[in-house]
Amino acid sequence: MKETDIHDKFLHEENKKREVIAPDGSIIEIDPLQDYFCDARPQINEPFKIKVIEKFLNWARAESIWVLGFGTGCGSIEIPPLVTPRFDAFRYGVQMRATPRQSNAFIISGYLSVKTLKRVIRSYEQMQSPKYVIALGSCTINGGMYWDSYNTINRLDHYLPVDVYIAGCMPRPEALLAGFMKLKELIKAGKAEKANEYIENLDWYKANQKKIIRDWNMPDYNW
Amino acid sequence: MKKFIKDLSFRFNITEIEYQRKNLAFVSVDKESVMQMLSYLRDTEGFSHFVLMTAVDWIEDGIFQLTYILNNPTKKIDLAIRIKILRENAEMYSAHHLWNQVATYQRELKEMFGINFPGSPRVNESFLLEGWDNIPPMRRDFDTKKYSEETYFPRPGRGTNDPAQHMKIKLYPNE
Repeated sequence: MKETDIHDKFLHEENKKREVIAPDGSIIEIDPLQDYFCDARPQINEPFKIKVIEKFLNWARAESIWVLGFGTGCGSIEIPPLVTPRFDAFRYGVQMRATPRQSNAFIISGYLSVKTLKRVIRSYEQMQSPKYVIALGSCTINGGMYWDSYNTINRLDHYLPVDVYIAGCMPRPEALLAGFMKLKELIKAGKAEKANEYIENLDWYKANQKKIIRDWNMPDYNW
Repeated sequence: MKKFIKDLSFRFNITEIEYQRKNLAFVSVDKESVMQMLSYLRDTEGFSHFVLMTAVDWIEDGIFQLTYILNNPTKKIDLAIRIKILRENAEMYSAHHLWNQVATYQRELKEMFGINFPGSPRVNESFLLEGWDNIPPMRRDFDTKKYSEETYFPRPGRGTNDPAQHMKIKLYPNE
């Protein structure tokens, strides 16, 4: 089967090419994947030219980490105690947000099945740059206890750029807080540039993603 | 329980009975009579709660064993019904008209084992494996480790050392 055939096979009804009647009565043909989504390649987020201001911006970014509330695996159970009074991540400027558009950090909490990975990629690409990925638990590093499973990925860094790894199965909320501290250090030092690396190596990442997501029925880069 | 199974064996052709606990028994019947038996148990004997439905792959014998577990909430007993179907072109009658939730189990069995249930709602829609093009993964002839190694970029370094040899090299490198 050719790639285009596979593409058409899994395309949802609302994303197929079709003819619609416009308000003025004329019939127009629309191709939602072309017309509804921007197909421009993403741009690299360049650092500010004046170093002092870039330093100030990095400090500001480090102090406002908004985490997307998307629990992918068993690690998502560590996040409620993290944001509630016992561990209280808010004192470090870490807080949860409901939608990808309003957040800049993504915690991949635990194992990722292929079905979830597809949703994760869509969410990640909708987030605004600069954005950071924290990989929580062993499963994101080498597959963990699901290393030989038919449906969970082994290495997250082949599909998404990872800024900070937190090892353990499961890491406790303290470990997650330490991970946030490390991320803040990296941001302040101007080293949390993985989102730019993703854009530089977009073709390699997309090839890896398409290798396992066989029903790729969405635009390549969509925001 | 024993008396109930005895009564049941007068009505249906029960080939095998296994008492697991005081309130749980496994009975084996043939494929043709299982739908009749499920309706009888639900409507007449009060087994109104459908607990689960699962499959076992007996690859050596070339069969799938399906198990339906029913619960009687008033008498507080469980009855499991086992049937065997051929592994090749596996097909079974759908029981979604008796309990709505059976359709979900059947959809899962279709995806994971490739057992077809004609007439069951949404049975051909994928549950977890979107766009799967291999043999169903829960079948025993599917090699999950090989598939994972080919597909998911295994991280090298899962090596192991002989402890005696390792410590010898570490502690006495010159010998």
